[in-house]
Amino acid sequence: MNVHAKEFNESARRYTADLHHRDWIQKALSGYYAKRDEFKNRFQSWSGARDLAAETKWEAINHLDRYLDEFVSKLEARGTKVFWAPDAQAARDYIVGVAKQHQVRAVIKSKSMTAEEIHLNDALEKAGFEVAESDLGEYIVQLREEPPYHLVFPAMHLTRQQISDLFHDKLGSEPTNNPEDLTMVARRVMRRKYCKADMGISGANFAIAETGMISITENEGNARLTTSLPKIHVALVGIEKVLPKLSDLALFLPMLATAGAGQSITCYNTLYGGPRQPGEPDGPEEFHVVLLDNRRTELLADAEQRDALHCIRCGACLNVCPIFKNVGGHSYGTVYQGPIGSVITPHLRGLQDWKHLSQASSLCGACTETCPVKINLHHHLLHNRRNAVRARPARLEKLIQRGFVRMMCRPKLYQFAARLGRLTQPLQRLVRGTILDPLRAWTKTRSFPPLAERSFRELWRERKTP
Amino acid sequence: MSIVHVLERLGHTVDYPEAQTCCGQPPFNAGYWNEARVVAERQMAVFRDAETVVIASGSCATMIGVFYPELFHQHPREAEARALAAKTFEFSDFLVNKLGVLDVGARFPGRVTFHDGCHGLRELGSKKAPRQLLQHVKELELVEMPEAETCCGFGGTFAVKFPMISTAMGEVKCASIAGTGADYVVSNDSSCLMQIRGVLDRQGKSTKTLHLAEVLAQT
Repeated sequence: MNVHAKEFNESARRYTADLHHRDWIQKALSGYYAKRDEFKNRFQSWSGARDLAAETKWEAINHLDRYLDEFVSKLEARGTKVFWAPDAQAARDYIVGVAKQHQVRAVIKSKSMTAEEIHLNDALEKAGFEVAESDLGEYIVQLREEPPYHLVFPAMHLTRQQISDLFHDKLGSEPTNNPEDLTMVARRVMRRKYCKADMGISGANFAIAETGMISITENEGNARLTTSLPKIHVALVGIEKVLPKLSDLALFLPMLATAGAGQSITCYNTLYGGPRQPGEPDGPEEFHVVLLDNRRTELLADAEQRDALHCIRCGACLNVCPIFKNVGGHSYGTVYQGPIGSVITPHLRGLQDWKHLSQASSLCGACTETCPVKINLHHHLLHNRRNAVRARPARLEKLIQRGFVRMMCRPKLYQFAARLGRLTQPLQRLVRGTILDPLRAWTKTRSFPPLAERSFRELWRERKTP
Repeated sequence: MSIVHVLERLGHTVDYPEAQTCCGQPPFNAGYWNEARVVAERQMAVFRDAETVVIASGSCATMIGVFYPELFHQHPREAEARALAAKTFEFSDFLVNKLGVLDVGARFPGRVTFHDGCHGLRELGSKKAPRQLLQHVKELELVEMPEAETCCGFGGTFAVKFPMISTAMGEVKCASIAGTGADYVVSNDSSCLMQIRGVLDRQGKSTKTLHLAEVLAQT
């Protein structure tokens, strides 16, 4: 077992035994379920909307070359500097380079999972720049020096009390349980940081090819301040974020808000199309768009799983996933948690290292059912399992599977094995749950139902011969 | 035997080819598709002449009905796989959607909650059928549990590869079941029932697990 799989198992063991965590996450999500359903019902047809969204993303992803070209040429026409980053290193180097070139002192950043993916904060801090997260949830986990727990709700695992204690320790604020007061503590800190920062970094929710604009959707207004107050704005954009037309947002913005946060639409929705133009009173002097590949084109080349690039990072699949709810976001050890993370991480970071996430699923399909852009998530977990076996089968497991096949191709052997199981069951009962029990993985926490005294086959035969 | 009883009561002739074994889902789910194909080819031969194949578990019905065509995609025996898939039904789906029967003439006094097996529910889209059948059983009181559609945590080899996650999911499911005050939890998937029973027994709960066919066979 590799180190990532080991860490996953250890963490999963810890979290599944933590009943407080289990209750807390269930409680945190129950409000979301109600709101999500309420706003889904406001669509004329949610299933029709899903079909349309999936078709739109299919078009964008299958003609990505054309739409990216269109997106970039429109952006450049208004003076935006575009950098094509083949991998994380190139993206980090470019952004650190821009900061150095402008002798930046402080960086402010709005929420971006793509920045998490390339470990941008680490790179900037190592180069001597101070980086502040301006999204409240991200700011909280930054203060705790831990990664986001959930790709949309980074601090959902924390109670108000824990946040109050954190602010008290790190910021010296008075302890309070009032969410408004807590928000005001962060807000006061943040306002100073906006004014001080000379570089703002954002992600993008969508990249509109038709108009050459990025769309950012948020609830706190922090991204607007992050992108408009500092003199430089850098947007880090995964190449899969493209939508063909501006009017596509009429579908995707409410869909993202509904699926992602149980809202009809988020509070702030902004389009960015370039740096400050002549005659404009505000906006950044320079606007850089960094387009990130980082092995996305490898996923694009995989016709079977290409639809995983449809993902709009709404997090809906995490919210319904019983694995996520029980093991928690930190157990995954990945930037993208939950079903979508289990599907794409093997593509982004290596199949053999991350195949265990595809195995850690009951394949219930709740993710696929909820996905607004209809990614066939749980079937892709099966595909990852198959691909991992094809590339490198585990010797013992292969032997077991071969033995299984042999037995299932010989009905007499199969019947004999079933009879043997029935006969030896009293023995198994003696060693139940101990190290001698071959069924230990099951019986340690669950009882094993007694096998029927007579098999269906025996009863059937008896019935046929009067 | 309950399925046989119900089908015969409805006037059908039931055969049980004794050469049948497993549908091949365990190796398929583990990623061993070549091995799964060998097992699948055997079942395809066994059921070649059957008019209709009825299966007691949504999970096995899904393997044949949904995954055989994928397993044999662009394979010389694809047409055969598709033919078997087309005539294979999960038990409740067969009764309601193929035969159009809602009332099988059963009587079962008791408070019952129904658990949706994920495969039957999401791969086969069979949510209404089992409930319609239960609603027509005399003296049976059907109560919905909260989040009936949430997985019980079985998931085949997942249950023993990740026992801690599987058990936690089972405990969540059993808490939902307990909340209904039902005497029986009924499902159309045998493997879910094994998981649920395993957890309920360990918790010392008296709620009993029954397969849908066992309820429908009672008169």
